[in-house]
Formats: sequence, structure tokens, C-alpha cells
Amino acid sequence: MTPEMLSLSNSPGLFVGLMLLKLIVVFSVVMLMVAYATWCERKIIGHMQTRLGPMRTGWHGLLQPIADGIKLFFKEDIIPSQASVVPFLLAPMMILVPAIITVAVIPFGPDVTVSGLIVPLQITDLNVGVLYILAFAGLGVYGIVLAGWSSNSKYSLLGGVRASAQMISYELAAGLTIVSVFMLSETLSLREIVALQSEPLWGTFSFLPNWYVFTQPLAFFLFVITGLAEINRTPFDMPEAESELVSGFCTEYSSMKYALFFLAEYANMIVVSAIAATLFLGGWYGPLPSSLGVINLLGKIVAFMFFFIWLRATLPRVRYDQLMRMGWKVLLPLALANVVVTGFVVVLLQ
Amino acid sequence: MSSTTGSLPTTAPILFEDYLALGIYVGIALFLVAILLLLSWGLGHRTRSRIKNEPYESGVYPTDNARLKGPVPFYLVAIFFILFDIEVIFVASWAVAYDRLGWAGFGQVSFFTLVLLVGLLHLWKTGALDWGPSAARQNRKNQDIP
Repeated sequence: MTPEMLSLSNSPGLFVGLMLLKLIVVFSVVMLMVAYATWCERKIIGHMQTRLGPMRTGWHGLLQPIADGIKLFFKEDIIPSQASVVPFLLAPMMILVPAIITVAVIPFGPDVTVSGLIVPLQITDLNVGVLYILAFAGLGVYGIVLAGWSSNSKYSLLGGVRASAQMISYELAAGLTIVSVFMLSETLSLREIVALQSEPLWGTFSFLPNWYVFTQPLAFFLFVITGLAEINRTPFDMPEAESELVSGFCTEYSSMKYALFFLAEYANMIVVSAIAATLFLGGWYGPLPSSLGVINLLGKIVAFMFFFIWLRATLPRVRYDQLMRMGWKVLLPLALANVVVTGFVVVLLQ
Repeated sequence: MSSTTGSLPTTAPILFEDYLALGIYVGIALFLVAILLLLSWGLGHRTRSRIKNEPYESGVYPTDNARLKGPVPFYLVAIFFILFDIEVIFVASWAVAYDRLGWAGFGQVSFFTLVLLVGLLHLWKTGALDWGPSAARQNRKNQDIP
């Protein structure tokens, strides 16, 4: 008899218990990574610029994220007199919450068997997982536009408008690169996409795993660039270009509301890294055995994060017209061509 | 969806359990964010003054309303986005069923993509994707200079 999937019907107590355990562990790990990503960024950029970065709070500034958090709690919570209060308060939530909950469909390990029942190591295995990711990536735009508009400040408005135009432009190319991945996988469930990537690649390349980065290198390249632009990281951080827009859409925010924008930026970095690792780099399959799958996945995420931070220390900000030109005139045609060529090849091989 | 290809694991039907877990996760995220905001509202230092709550404008009194009329190119980008995003939706819906649609489906979706690509080239040529002075205007400016 093959073991069944654990579900609410065959073992309700165990199901709810394990579900809550998974939820709490994933949530805590994500929040911890977000907090320490800020510390890592300051440290790494510091050392790249031959500075030390934070050193005072704890050993090599390890307690800095906690100190910053406490400081931000005690800062004054300013609501500008001309702001539209309800959207102004909703905006930071609308940015951070979609970023956190996108992680729910990322599988972080192989299926485990608990008392004869299969438990997937994933918060939820939606059969439309890829579409779920696209939907929630799109939701982040609302928060930024709302923040920019409701502050009733010119810098915020300009930041918000820029951000929305930038994000929707790059979303097209991002969506198309993901399409070319699920044409190869023929499923939208991320758990199955990862399982398919554990098989060896064909022919002479069978020493390599069937990671989609090998079969879709252009899509991977485009996805990383569009991902950077979607999360407004350098070199695409036009919406909060300090030198021209003060702080962009979060100019009027203070205290914990500002911190939520800050956290959302790092949460989005983690999300994009996790999606890129899952769709293109085999998710939790990797050099370590699958019982240590979580470490494989975390390793890939950390590598991506380091790459993003490294880019920030290296590249200057692009100009807005360059940014839009690249999105519409380079990335979109390339992504379209990639989908058509992929379609041709898969129909031919079928 | 993958029922026609025997080698793949079959996609499970939509289960209540999947959405239960997701719902609780969303609940935890919302709850935590709300707690953070409430705590900072309660703990934060508070002083009131009219000038302090004015919108920031580099240290001078703000002039006029900030709800400016947005530059037209941004509206154009929004319209183009809708056009091409619908294209992405059609391409995506073909991509999940290409194995059943075969060459006919591929031909149709390629033609559709080609039509929109021609549309993109037209936008490109008319300067709708240009930011800053358009190519035509720059040419005129260059001709003015003796």
C-alpha cells in the first residue's frame, strides 16, 4: 500500500499541528532573514567600501537589527496633515504582507513521512502556485502607488508614479520568462516543478541535473534582471532615488511605518531569490543530500542575496529613460522571442 | 492539466486544506504587521505642531497641492501594459495546453505574438516608448542649430 498524503480527513490533529508548526517556522525564518539581511547588507557594503559597517552593538554589530527595531518603535509616528489617512496607514501593510505571503508556495524540502502519511515540506502546494506568485508580485505595486499618492507630497507622488510605471513594465517580461518555465514543466505546482528538476539532463549532459537554468538560460537571465527591477533594487532603484526624490514614495513615513517599507524591500529580495532558486536552480535539490534540502535552498537564497547586495555596491543607478528603454525595447522582445522559440522546440519534440 | 502526459505526477485537485494553511498564514502576517503598527503608535514620542505635519518639501513651506497631473507618458505606459499583459495571459493559457493544441495552436499563438510585436515596433517607431525629448523633436532641435 502506498502511503497517503496527510490531510484533514485522515488525521485532523496531526494535520493541524504540523500545519501550524510549518507556518510558525517559515514565518520566523523569513522574519529573521529579513532582519539579518539588513545587517548583512550594511556589513558587506561596508567591507566593499573598506569600512567596517556596524560594530558597536554586540559582536561585530550583530545586535544592530534589534537595536534599530527598538529605536524605530520609539520614534514619533507622523501622519502629515494633508495626507489621506486610511490609505496612508494601509500602504505599508499592503507592501509588506504580499511580500511575506508569497513565500507560502515555496517548497523547502522533500516530502517527509510522519506516522505513515506523506507531508510535503511547504506551507501550501497550490496547483496554481506559479500564478499565485505572479498575482502577489503584482499586488506589491498597489502599496507603492497608494503610499505615493496618499502622502500628498510631491516627492512621494513622483516616486510612486515612477515605481508603478517601472514595475508594470518589467512585470510583462517577468511573466513571460515564467511562462517559458512552465511550458517545460507542464505544471504550475512548485512542488512538482522542483521534483522535475531533480532528474538528470538529457544525453551527454546527464551529469548535470535538469535545472531549468540549463534549458532556459535566457529566461533565467531575464528573470533576475526583471526581478531586480520589480523589487526596486539598485541599479533600478529609481522610485527612491535619494539624490533626486529624497526618499521617493516613503518620504513622509516615519517610525514603524517606515520600517515596514524597509522590511518589505528585504522580504521582496528573499522572495525573488527563493522564486529564482525554485524555478531555475532546482529549489531544495542541490549538492547536499535531500534530507538537508532546506540548507540547499537557503544556500541558494543567500547566494542570490549576496549577488543583489554586491550589485548595489558596484553599479550606479540607471537613468529613467534608460530603464524604460531596456524594459520595453530589450527585455520584452527577448522574453517574447524566448517563449516562441521554446514553444517551437517543445511542440517539435513532443 | 497534466492528465494527458502519463509521466508526470498528476496535479491534485484544489483542496480546502491548501487554502486553510494559506489563510492562516495570511492571518499571521496581517496580525504581526498590525501589532507592529499599533505598538509604535502607542510607544512613539508625540508632539503636535502645525508646521511639523506639513509635507516635506526640502525645508520650505509646501506650495500648492501635491496631487499634480501626472505626465502623459506614464498613462501611456499603463495602457501599453494592459495591452501586452493580456497578450501574456493568452500566451500563458496556450502554454499550459500546448501539447493538446499541437502545431495549429503554435501557429495561432505565433501569429498573435507577431501581430503584437508589430504593434510594439509601431510604438517604438512613433516614439511612444521614448522618455525625455522624442527623436523627432531632437532632430528638429539639431536642425535649428546653424
